[in-house]
Amino acid sequence: MSPSDTLTPPRQNSAVQAILNVVRRELTGYFSTPVAWVFIVIFLVMAGVFTFYIGAFYERGLADLAPFFQFHAWLYLFLVPAVSMRLWAEERRSGSIELLLTLPLTTWQAVVGKFLAAWFFIGLALALTFPTWVTVNYLGDPDNGAIFAGYLGSWLMAGGFLAIGSCISATTRNQVVAFILSVVVCFGFLLSGLPMIMNLFSGWAPQGLLDLVAEFSFLSRFASISKGVLDLRDLVYFGLVTVFWLMANTIVLELRKAD
Amino acid sequence: MNEVRITAQGLTKRYGFLTAVDDLNFTIESGEVLGFLGPNGAGKSTTMKMLTGFLAPTSGTASINGHDIVSDSLSARRCMGYLPEGAPAYGEMTVLQFLEFIARARGFSGQEVGRAASAAMERLNLEQVAAQAIDTLSKGFKRRVGLAQAILHDPEILILDEPTDGLDPNQKHEVRSLIREMSADKIIVISTHVLEEVHALCNRAMIIADGRLLVDDSPQGLLSRSRYHNAVTMLVENAEKIASTLSEMPEARKVEIREGELTVFPAKDASLFAVISDRIREHQWDVKELRLEAGRMDEVFRQITSGEVRK
Repeated sequence: MSPSDTLTPPRQNSAVQAILNVVRRELTGYFSTPVAWVFIVIFLVMAGVFTFYIGAFYERGLADLAPFFQFHAWLYLFLVPAVSMRLWAEERRSGSIELLLTLPLTTWQAVVGKFLAAWFFIGLALALTFPTWVTVNYLGDPDNGAIFAGYLGSWLMAGGFLAIGSCISATTRNQVVAFILSVVVCFGFLLSGLPMIMNLFSGWAPQGLLDLVAEFSFLSRFASISKGVLDLRDLVYFGLVTVFWLMANTIVLELRKAD
Repeated sequence: MNEVRITAQGLTKRYGFLTAVDDLNFTIESGEVLGFLGPNGAGKSTTMKMLTGFLAPTSGTASINGHDIVSDSLSARRCMGYLPEGAPAYGEMTVLQFLEFIARARGFSGQEVGRAASAAMERLNLEQVAAQAIDTLSKGFKRRVGLAQAILHDPEILILDEPTDGLDPNQKHEVRSLIREMSADKIIVISTHVLEEVHALCNRAMIIADGRLLVDDSPQGLLSRSRYHNAVTMLVENAEKIASTLSEMPEARKVEIREGELTVFPAKDASLFAVISDRIREHQWDVKELRLEAGRMDEVFRQITSGEVRK
């Protein structure tokens, strides 16, 4: 008696089915341990602290969420690598990478599936900050279009950080190493427009390179989005950064599957 | 029926200067249960990882039912079930969640997902732990979960890397009967360093060392390479005296005494057993135990894998 007696033979999954199956598995994994809940609580508490204490939300007397979005980049700098560090490092450590990548799905589908799950998860944490939005609407009459743009920009920026972290996580089997390296690289991307990083280049690099480095700054890109200016170039920028790092992630896996 | 067949042509894997698998050529046909034998680090796992599409070969290739493992990897993977070494799984998931994930990845959808998962659980007696997280299971159960995910889509080809490693004797017996039960119309490739397993399960054995294929034979063929093949061992008192009598027979090439046991090795093509039984009756020796040796697998294994080094 074999299972095939009662079951129709399986088909080849479409790319979408394959990716969604990985997304579903990842999300099941997140929520079957307390880690997901701990992360969400910390994210919400930190977002609140930044907005209301450091950002002086009430004292400003303005009906917008600028103090809320202002600190997101810094929040993500540490919290996104905390999510991304386990994406591939844990697969390597436990050996399940061998199981996943011998199933009939491509490495790219696995990379995208894992990324999307983590991105949705961060999106959920972000969405749970809605009481802040309710508060500002209760207190005043904010520009909700600008707030929506801010949320979208924030989520896209989180995706950029996440793709960086996912790629770095694929290079090691040690989650702590993955975390620290991700924070460092994300920090570089965050600040690349600021004098601190620019001074490293300004003595010797040609103006073209300087402009290029300045263009890479997450912070300046996000600053305009969080003010409600949805510039297509900024959206494309975050999209390209994400796709670039996910492709690098795939290549890293293809080159170094075994160790 | 489409053909069920694995062919490897010049399959090679190098890591820098280290050659892990060196120019393997073989064909495996339906109904064969192939045992991959070899010392640790011989290249068994690397070969399996290449066949299942996890690692890309440095040169050469293999095809699974006509699907090339490099250029048509997904089709090749669909025909195979694979138990990686150590039976890794997603420990935080329950057995049922995990098998449903595998079922979906294998292309089942809707109600079939649950049916495929429960059929696999039934096959490996996993029903009572269906709702438990895999991390909390014992080693034996974890191994069975690994086997369940490998057979879930009833593949024509099963690649099992050390399927019974670390199991207790009862669990080993269970896994072996399962493999034997499935073997009729499939190809099963198992790697092991338990030599008895080859004899118990396989109808073909390959010994590899340092990445090279040294022997490709049936288990019986392997045993017949042993110097113990067709030797007669007996447990007697005053072994020395009997030994000197027996060594005068033309059929005996050599007589050895080890730990009170006396072993007579046959001269070429001689059948010793009948001759020795006659002698025993004739001389009225007090024999406590008498047996015909089939051959000793561990001795053959050592001879083949270490002989290579000494030469």
